[in-house]
Amino acid sequence: MDQTSYYPVLTVLTFFPLLAALALAPIKSEIRVRQVTLVASLLELVLAIPLACFKAQSGFQFLETVPWSEDWGLTYAMGVDGISILMIWLSILTLPFCVLCSWTYIGRRVKEFHVCLLIMTTACVGVFSALDLVLFYVFWEALLIPMYLMIAIWGGDQKRYASIKFFLYTLAGSTLLLVAIVALRITGGTFYIPELMQKGFSYNFQYWIFLAFFIAFAIKVPMFPFHTWLPAAHVQAPSAGSVILAAVLLKMGTYGFLRFSLPLCPLASVHFAPMMIAISVASILYGGAVALGQNDIKKLIAYSSVAHMGFVTLGIFLFSPDGVNGAIFQMLNHGIITGALFMMIGAVYERSHSREIAKNLGLGKYLPHFMFFWGLFGLASFGFPGTNGFVGEFMVILAAFKESVTLGLLVIPGALLAAAYILKVTLKMAWGEPPSPKGHDWKDLKKKEWAYLVVPAALVIYLGLAPTGLLGLIGPSVDDTLAQFKAKREDVNVIYVTSPAGRPQGLFYERDLPPDPAEPDRATVPPTSPEPQSQAPAQEAK
Amino acid sequence: MDSLNLNFCYLVPEIFLLALVLALFGAAMTKSQTLAGFLVKLCPVGALAAAICAFVTIPYLILDDKIMFFGAYRVDILSQFFKILISLGYLVAWVNSLKATTVREAQKPDYYLFLTLSAFGLSLLSSAAELVAVYLAMELASYSLYVLIPKRSHSKEAAEAALKYILFGAAATALALYGLSLVIATQHTTFITDLSPMDWTVAGNPLAVVGLSLFLGGMFFKLALFPFHFWFPDVYQGAGNETAAYVATLPKLGAIVILIRLAALLTPGLELTDILAVLAAASITYGNLCALAQKDLKRMLGFSSVAHAGYILVGLVSGTPEGLAASAFYAMAYVLMNLLCFWVICRISADGRNLTYQDLNGLSARSPLLALALLVAAFSLVGLPPTVGFIGKLWLITSAWGHGYDWLVIVVCVNTAIAIFYYLSLVRHAYAEEDIPFGGAQTLTLDRGWASSLGALLMGLMVLILGVVPGPVWSVVLRACRSLYVVIN
Repeated sequence: MDQTSYYPVLTVLTFFPLLAALALAPIKSEIRVRQVTLVASLLELVLAIPLACFKAQSGFQFLETVPWSEDWGLTYAMGVDGISILMIWLSILTLPFCVLCSWTYIGRRVKEFHVCLLIMTTACVGVFSALDLVLFYVFWEALLIPMYLMIAIWGGDQKRYASIKFFLYTLAGSTLLLVAIVALRITGGTFYIPELMQKGFSYNFQYWIFLAFFIAFAIKVPMFPFHTWLPAAHVQAPSAGSVILAAVLLKMGTYGFLRFSLPLCPLASVHFAPMMIAISVASILYGGAVALGQNDIKKLIAYSSVAHMGFVTLGIFLFSPDGVNGAIFQMLNHGIITGALFMMIGAVYERSHSREIAKNLGLGKYLPHFMFFWGLFGLASFGFPGTNGFVGEFMVILAAFKESVTLGLLVIPGALLAAAYILKVTLKMAWGEPPSPKGHDWKDLKKKEWAYLVVPAALVIYLGLAPTGLLGLIGPSVDDTLAQFKAKREDVNVIYVTSPAGRPQGLFYERDLPPDPAEPDRATVPPTSPEPQSQAPAQEAK
Repeated sequence: MDSLNLNFCYLVPEIFLLALVLALFGAAMTKSQTLAGFLVKLCPVGALAAAICAFVTIPYLILDDKIMFFGAYRVDILSQFFKILISLGYLVAWVNSLKATTVREAQKPDYYLFLTLSAFGLSLLSSAAELVAVYLAMELASYSLYVLIPKRSHSKEAAEAALKYILFGAAATALALYGLSLVIATQHTTFITDLSPMDWTVAGNPLAVVGLSLFLGGMFFKLALFPFHFWFPDVYQGAGNETAAYVATLPKLGAIVILIRLAALLTPGLELTDILAVLAAASITYGNLCALAQKDLKRMLGFSSVAHAGYILVGLVSGTPEGLAASAFYAMAYVLMNLLCFWVICRISADGRNLTYQDLNGLSARSPLLALALLVAAFSLVGLPPTVGFIGKLWLITSAWGHGYDWLVIVVCVNTAIAIFYYLSLVRHAYAEEDIPFGGAQTLTLDRGWASSLGALLMGLMVLILGVVPGPVWSVVLRACRSLYVVIN
């Protein structure tokens, strides 16, 4: 436990929602369930106050380690660093908004819904603070269950299809993650992440571990060819479900890349970087282009998520401070902006009972306040200067241009597409003709809606105008991660020169690797046999 | 080793079960209803006492095993661990059948007699350390089951199931006996401890390998491992729910404990180990794929058991104490989650009919606790955290990784993605599907007694708690399996 707090902050933050969920069990009245959950979510925010003492330095803070099962080397280890602190804040902040935006949206099986919400928060905070691979996996998988129930019970017409697709996709992706965790345990000797980060693994081993991680994380993000579950899940999920999905769940994939892929498989990350960059650019362009063609507002925002998360993965795999800082900042921004947009879609759906753009035309006349917020979040979504969306996107694009002008030019159309689809939907919703006939009866924003829109709006503007504070918080950790990343690359490259264990070959091209040592017959690595891990552990565990 | 060496203190669990068998025999004979009713009520007491006695003996077995009956009977931590499981599982099976309407009242004492006899046979099996003793104990357990299955009254399916079970079982037993004779002929001993230093390669001793394979085949039949599983789904479907709950769980424990004792013979690289690995992979994949297509819940669980039998074998092929302990731990997890699943099925189907997925519709509204228990059991069967199914699977694959069977680990993990679909269907029907088809679930009467809730609550909590705090149980199992290797080497 850190000296700055009087209680184990992360454990409390993780398990307080679970306790609150248990406390909901005996409550009968629906309104009381909502109130208790809201109070619990605000208490959770209060409990998070010690996290404000987070120091802008590298390394894990608020560490808690308790042996869990010593025979297997399992530890219950929690901790935050600059990469995860923002995500934890985001998870905690999302909860009260979710309660508020489902106040009238969810009308049946209210108690079960709020239990799901609270359990999800537990799992979210747990994923971002776990420092033990198995603990991480426990939270990672445990999250699927409440999310599945949320889509399957309170979802739209195609809830069965969407919920099963969501579950199958994400679970299928993470099966190999478990294999990778076990392989890391056997080869690296521990499940404890900070200790594993200090170790260097053979290139061959990294190659397969990276691929296993890649499938799990790319599906979660989701990256271009694996994204098909996302629009289905988003459209069918209730708005609170969409909000958590967009704000927190998708971040787990990119967080995984930053936390595991880069530090544990630096060589493989370099090796696969061209592929990752290509997929990211494809996600940006494809997501944007498909979003432009949508008639359903929710689907449009869902596809825009694919594009925005493309910026994040692009930033990560440029391996430059700008890119990674921008990526983390973009993760936070996307959480705030898209979360808010999904809440607004829920609000408009409660009025018009439709998510079609054509059924929600000309709202500017009837719902001016609503359209103000929609416009603000829309601007932020396509990165208008002065909003937080601009900062993150700009940093990533800057890093892309630094990497190569061609890459930068490739990304630019993505940013343009974002402006196009957001402006298209905003124009139609604000001034589209003919205005929706029933619009006269619709009331503008209620108090609760004000409450859950003002805070994100303030964050959008504040982070847009003064991003340096938060960037300063995450900076040291990012610098440290990248420095270790560089050092390890050079370290292992030296091993390659001295011991010809194999020479990495790029999928697209080879990047700054030392010239091929002697023994040309060994140069055919990576092998294509299906289970080379069996040899890898024995070879280079050091 | 060369003496009777009787030590009754360590035989108390078996004695309790044997006393129950005798009491129930009396209950079956007597004409007095009250006496029979009283004797039947003794079952849970005896089972609990057996479990507690087995638990109490564990600390005294840490230093050395107690070997009795000229080396044929070995009381060690492993056997006591399995005896605890068997006694508790028997207790659950007894409660299940207490309210069963498919067994005629007059036949109830007979039913309990054979149930208890089977549990007694299984607890003998968990201590048997010699192949002939293994055979005898196994048959004692199986013969009782042959009688139990057709006890579902007025059911042709049950008769058919029993016939299939007997015919398949007889064939498997014959093969196992033949294998046993080959082992005796080639290795000149039947004590497992003496067998282990022998040559078990095909090149060195082909007949012995064939013999042991055949003998293992008999075990695989009890375990319903692919390709010895054909009787299994039919027996599940034909037998009453309460009988299926027993057949699905406890007899497998007997097979597993023998496999664990024999697995100390198997070191990686031997042909036998390869056979086990291939069978495990085939069993997992085949079981899961078949379960996808089932509509009847018990048939689905039957095929899922085929898959789980494969999972348990994964720990055996690694050939380390950790692997064996992982198998034993997973056996416990398997029994626990399957008993929980069957508990819910028995409670929902109070009239004893077979259930389909549709019958679960709207369960979360009809009985929130049973629905929650089913959810916990289903996700534990998939192997999702934080349940005992996840921890068990994690240890299985961790112990198997790096011993030359990495492909098997990948097969296990990928299969999770197949299995999720049908287990998820359980949850989906219980929670998300709210329209109840006509003539379906409305006609079902739920068992809403306090015992029903208490059982579901206790077992559900066990599944979760053992998933979060597996350490204590694990260290006992690991110590048991380590001592197994000490004995052999």
